[in-house]
Amino acid sequence: MLIADAIAAPPSDWWAIAPQLVLGGTAVVIILMICVKRVDPGWNALVAAVGTVASGVFAWEQWRQVTTDANPRLAYSGMIAVDGFSAFLVLVVCVAAFLGVLLADQYFKREGIDRGEYYALLLFSACGMQFMAAANNLVMVFVALELLSICLYVLSAWNRDDSRSQEAGAKYLLLGAYSSAILLFGIALLYGGTGTTNLARMAEIFSENVTREPGLVLLGMVFVIVGLGFKIAAVPFHMWTPDVYQGAPTPVVGFMASGAKIAGFAGLFRVLETGLAAFEFDWQPLLVGLAIVTMLGGSILAIAQRDVKRMLAYSSIAHAGFILTGLASGTAAGVRGALFYLVAYVFMIAGAFGVVALLARRGERYTSLDDYRDMFRREPVLATVLAFFLFAMAGIPGTSGFVAKFAVFTGVADAHQWVLLTVGTVASVISAYFYLRLVVYMYMRPEVDEGEAQPAALPRVRWAPATVVALVLTVFFTIQLGILPQGLLDMAGKATLLF
Amino acid sequence: MDWFDSWALSLAVFIPVVGALVILAIPKAREYQIKVVGLVASIAALIVGIGILSRWNWDDGGYQFEVNKGWLSAIRSNYHIALDGISLPLFILTLVIVVLCIIYSWNHWPEPRSPKMLLFLILLLETGMLGTFVSLDLILFFVFFEVTLLPMYFIIGIWGGEQRIYASIKFFLFTLFGSAFMLVGFLALFFLSEPHTFDIVELSANGGAAAAVISSTAGLWIFAGLFLGFAIKVPMFPLHTWLPDAHTQAPTVGSVILAAILLKLGTYGFVRIALPILPQAAHSWAPWIGLLAVIGIIYGSLCCLAQTDLKRLIAFSSVGHMGFVMLGIATLTPVGINAAIFGMIAHGVVTGMLFFVAGSIHERYHTRDMSRLGGMLSSIPRMGGVFVLVAFASLGLPALAGFPGEFTSMLASFEPAGGLSQSLFRGFMIAAAVGTVLTAGYMLYMLQRVAQGEVPGEYAGHHLHDIEAPEYVSWTPLIVLTVALGIFPSLVFNVTNSSVVPMFEQIFHHAIGG
Repeated sequence: MLIADAIAAPPSDWWAIAPQLVLGGTAVVIILMICVKRVDPGWNALVAAVGTVASGVFAWEQWRQVTTDANPRLAYSGMIAVDGFSAFLVLVVCVAAFLGVLLADQYFKREGIDRGEYYALLLFSACGMQFMAAANNLVMVFVALELLSICLYVLSAWNRDDSRSQEAGAKYLLLGAYSSAILLFGIALLYGGTGTTNLARMAEIFSENVTREPGLVLLGMVFVIVGLGFKIAAVPFHMWTPDVYQGAPTPVVGFMASGAKIAGFAGLFRVLETGLAAFEFDWQPLLVGLAIVTMLGGSILAIAQRDVKRMLAYSSIAHAGFILTGLASGTAAGVRGALFYLVAYVFMIAGAFGVVALLARRGERYTSLDDYRDMFRREPVLATVLAFFLFAMAGIPGTSGFVAKFAVFTGVADAHQWVLLTVGTVASVISAYFYLRLVVYMYMRPEVDEGEAQPAALPRVRWAPATVVALVLTVFFTIQLGILPQGLLDMAGKATLLF
Repeated sequence: MDWFDSWALSLAVFIPVVGALVILAIPKAREYQIKVVGLVASIAALIVGIGILSRWNWDDGGYQFEVNKGWLSAIRSNYHIALDGISLPLFILTLVIVVLCIIYSWNHWPEPRSPKMLLFLILLLETGMLGTFVSLDLILFFVFFEVTLLPMYFIIGIWGGEQRIYASIKFFLFTLFGSAFMLVGFLALFFLSEPHTFDIVELSANGGAAAAVISSTAGLWIFAGLFLGFAIKVPMFPLHTWLPDAHTQAPTVGSVILAAILLKLGTYGFVRIALPILPQAAHSWAPWIGLLAVIGIIYGSLCCLAQTDLKRLIAFSSVGHMGFVMLGIATLTPVGINAAIFGMIAHGVVTGMLFFVAGSIHERYHTRDMSRLGGMLSSIPRMGGVFVLVAFASLGLPALAGFPGEFTSMLASFEPAGGLSQSLFRGFMIAAAVGTVLTAGYMLYMLQRVAQGEVPGEYAGHHLHDIEAPEYVSWTPLIVLTVALGIFPSLVFNVTNSSVVPMFEQIFHHAIGG
């Protein structure tokens, strides 16, 4: 029976995977372009940008349909889900990929490692992220995760003449392989406990109360959380993050920090809220603990960092903790907050790494805190933009960071989890310290202490149009989502998977 | 004039931020234009404020100029703003102080000189402060409350003295820490009260009936969270340690705004939010608040006696004066709250003025070390005279602004709200009275060192400028207010009382019950 099922080709439903097809197709087109004739990679970037926008249009149309006329549905024998959750996150991946493409062009030209294949890999990776967002089957989750991860391993090591970049790629590959193995083991255990890898079917089995092997299911659940915990860089599975973020080319980090996290969370949300919803009382305490150590760990460890990229790496860990908080609350408001947080985070982190990439100069030489001394006098606009993103990440009202944290905490308060709420707010205050410290360096510390030699003045940073567009977009949305967040909150509310 | 009634508050709140954005668009080199735009924006806001005063219904203790529009319907937070007798004086004071600060700065900008940035930050700060005073929604309140943080952080951190980085980060983290717990308290209020709402009016109606469903233990915890947020801002002993650093390091206008307005956000929060929404919890906490307030009065005064730095002394005197305000609040009586609001206004006018003069002294002597100052009355007699007048107002001389608030506050603690220990509060009153003596002591000691005596040898050959034109313009209104509030305290009491009495009727009838 199973074999017959597998052999009969499922009916094609191209519409269900249209955004993914467009991204993958664009990637293939870029490779073909390179095969035919090597042109200025800027053209490849242009094609990639157009591809992400087109994919976004399809995702938007999907979103419009599932939230208005058509009901959520499954496609390809339950492999793919087309619902508010998938369409929302597919759309967010498009944004992350679009920003990733825009921020890459200038950087790779400056570093002299500008090759068109970069954009193909980026799009394949984004395609994997989108499949992850839509995956309704554990096998699909795994395949999507591998697609996005393998591309990211290569991208991390893109600057092959730089030992730091090589190290980042190797570390990411090794630890990523471990986490994939753990995830796969968890999937196997879940299959053993339920006899299916289809998440919707799994939920049905549990609701019919015929769990034959609760031990296997619980063990599998823990392994899946651990495996995905690596991808979202939750403490204590975060060890790779600082090294990889510090070593990898900065635009890659910007894309990785936003996209891979979306995908990891998409998988986690889908598995826990659909497949393992019946085990909420088992995974919720786990997530509460994970969220607490992640928020505190990320915030406290970031204080010790002297390198801005490492500091932002720990900050992204702390953000993962805040997003986890929303899921851990187990309320619709919390999940809505977490989804809103993901969007706000994409803009903030992409923008911040975009500025850091510009300020690091050729060869990524200037990334330590001391290099940021008196940056406001040397690069007033970039310093102000970076300070703005830092304040947004610290959660100052008027920025999307505040609304995001607030929305998440609303869910936690709704669940009356006062300990988690208090720890969360304290962690956000702790994290404000290291964001502020960078602002202090940029605005309040003279370039050199008295008696030191004045360093040679660097030429002003030049701006490429694509970079300008990316930074304007990120700043705009960080403000807009901070002052008038209603629209996105409503969207996120329709995408929570909780009904 | 209907449009004015519904738009006036929004205009006053947001004109400064529009001015700030215009300033941002003007190139740095065109300094004169920048200054004019800054001044015009602040004066425009003040004119709207005067318009509000002219259309104010003085007999009505309820909310006026009310606007209630949807804002974040997803989290049920509204753009709900209005003024009543409690917030009106603070609102007007803010408008006035900012204009005066900009005039004062006209010809002397702190180093590193950048009028563009400083004015931008001051105007942004003004929007935050005004917004806090008009907000009637907890989230809106919180947003404005936090918006004031960043500009002040930059003002201290960029234009401050030697220890500016330490002082600015301390200021920022202390306040953020408090407001984090305040936010937890707000969220708890929302989810535990029935119906779920962030609206301050709804929450405090009928003596906090909406929040009355909250268990008394939870109420105590929520009040503790709000207390942390507000008490750090006030600041109350033992959470005050950021204040002397921030004040001493901040440039003159920063100190003035900090002392005159920002500290009041904390006490205002108690009166507007903590007390009316959670009267029972306030009742349980009141003895402790009173105790901390009295410790603050005594401790602040003793610290003042030990200071050598003029600005640091004035900063510690704020701890003492705000202690009187908190003592008034802790009595939970209409008299006490009236005293508290009067105390806020008086402290804003008087201490703001003290910081102005201290800044001008520092500019002339290039030191704030009181052992090196002296003889102001003979070298720069006019400024010396002003300084003496304001110092007397600060030590609570009758017929000057400092007296009515502190006197009434002690009067209120003679007869605290029903259920509070009379003997305890009378003990507080005696301690506070001792505090006024200490206050007189350190103020006179300060005058002796700074204003009287011989001009120190190191300044013998120098010509020191007496009061200059911008100083005249910016100080005159405050001096007039100092005298006027002392002679006619009813100027403020009449306005506040009309709103305080109805508020307390609700609390008494519904919650505390006599």
